[in-house]
Amino acid sequence: MNIFLVLTFSGVALGAIYFLAASGLSLIYGLMDVLNFAHGLFMTLGAYAGYEVATRLPISLGAPTLVILAIVGATLVGALAAGATELILIRPLYGKPISQILITIGLDLAVVGLLMGGFGSTALQIPVPLWLIEPTHIGGLFLPNASFLAIGAGAIVLIGLELFLARTRYGIIIRAGVENREMVRALGIDVGRAFTLVFVIGGAMAGLAGILYSIVFSGDLVSPNQGDSLLIFAFIVVVIGGLGSIRGSAVAALVVGLLQQYTSFYIGGHSGWAQIGDLSTVLLLAVVLEWRPRGLFGRVA
Amino acid sequence: MTNAIEISDLHVSIAGSHVLQGVGFSVPSGGVTALLGRNGVGKTTTLRAILGLVASSGRIQVLGHEVAQWPTHRIVRLGIGYVPEDRDVFSGLTVEQNLRLAESGSGADYDEVFSLFPELKTRSRQRAGTLSGGQQQMLSIARALLNQRPLLLIDEPSKGLAPKIVSEFAGVLERAAQHSTVLLVEQNLSVVKRLAQRIVVLDHGEVVHLGEVTDLDDPTLVRQLLGVSGAA
Repeated sequence: MNIFLVLTFSGVALGAIYFLAASGLSLIYGLMDVLNFAHGLFMTLGAYAGYEVATRLPISLGAPTLVILAIVGATLVGALAAGATELILIRPLYGKPISQILITIGLDLAVVGLLMGGFGSTALQIPVPLWLIEPTHIGGLFLPNASFLAIGAGAIVLIGLELFLARTRYGIIIRAGVENREMVRALGIDVGRAFTLVFVIGGAMAGLAGILYSIVFSGDLVSPNQGDSLLIFAFIVVVIGGLGSIRGSAVAALVVGLLQQYTSFYIGGHSGWAQIGDLSTVLLLAVVLEWRPRGLFGRVA
Repeated sequence: MTNAIEISDLHVSIAGSHVLQGVGFSVPSGGVTALLGRNGVGKTTTLRAILGLVASSGRIQVLGHEVAQWPTHRIVRLGIGYVPEDRDVFSGLTVEQNLRLAESGSGADYDEVFSLFPELKTRSRQRAGTLSGGQQQMLSIARALLNQRPLLLIDEPSKGLAPKIVSEFAGVLERAAQHSTVLLVEQNLSVVKRLAQRIVVLDHGEVVHLGEVTDLDDPTLVRQLLGVSGAA
């Protein structure tokens, strides 16, 4: 029972990171029909930005301050990278899905190559405070502190994003645009600005997901390809949750995170087949696509 | 009198089909001009081309501006209210949020739209997707009337609605036409006769008749142009 609870806890933490990685992707596709293959790059850039912040600022600031600044830096760099990508590369290519896919894949390959050239292809270690590595002892369970960080960040972003989408004018424009972009334009609204904003928000969440994945699940390591492997799960979450739905992404991220943790331990642990966790998420994707092609919360196409 | 809309040699192709083949007409400022024709002759496409929602070639002047190739939002900001054929309310948003999106500047007159459609006020927190067809059409019209616009483009407001509601909407549009120029696409000839002063008839992507609404009193002409009996 204890093991089950610990697995559940880390499954929720993994789900929180999947949610951060997927919700931006989902909004970007839902609003603009852009399949953004550079989203993994924003995660990687976030992680490297966090690494740079944590290693270059003076240690005298203290490890807790440094890790907070690293997370903030990762979020900002993700947002900036995504905003610039939209303005410079995506904007001239609206309505050309193949070109968008090619240019975002190309951007990802090129910048990941640059990162390898600049930082090397081996993983780098982010210095983190000891308490992030230690577990908290609750009711006979040892729960990793880093997981609390991921769950907290995921919850704050989910609530913040829901409030933004429900209450603010830009949030309402984005929801309306996901439903019917043309009619938003016909009300005299410049949807282009909403497009850039969605990229910036999505990029911020991707940057945050990138650094948190390093801290929570990757032994504080950052590596050039980490975003791309996370991107695969983000796509799975987006499709299961339904394109354009934040709530759908949140639910699907939790389901995928939990399923992955349970199957890796209960099946993978006994059979020695460690990849069963990843495989199970792909199987879940296949089942959802067969049974409900628009995803759990997706609009009717 | 100046013209609110002037179109000449307007061509639109959609998915390889040449939908508008050199359409030209003008809509004088003030009053209601009805755009008529059988199904599929390009009435809706003409409205969409004016709004820049479909790619077109030719000359389009709206409220004194040459708007061909302008982005839609910029054309609309000249002062256009648009009621699309399928209402296109945002079904996931509440009535209130739908109206909020239609606000432009500080001129939103909620008292006016709520006096026209009191039901929208009582249902302001209801999701638009759960409204009836008639209520959705109210919302769609209310969006266009929220700010007083010099030009209204209204596409088949009576489509699929009960006669009582159609008559109610006709009254609302009659009132709106007192201070706005209206270009109305409508199949219901009794509504056209009640509201419009001028008619433009399209067939096969071209203008085949320009005239006064009284032309519709001639049953032979109506049958010839619209393929329907003029008894309505």
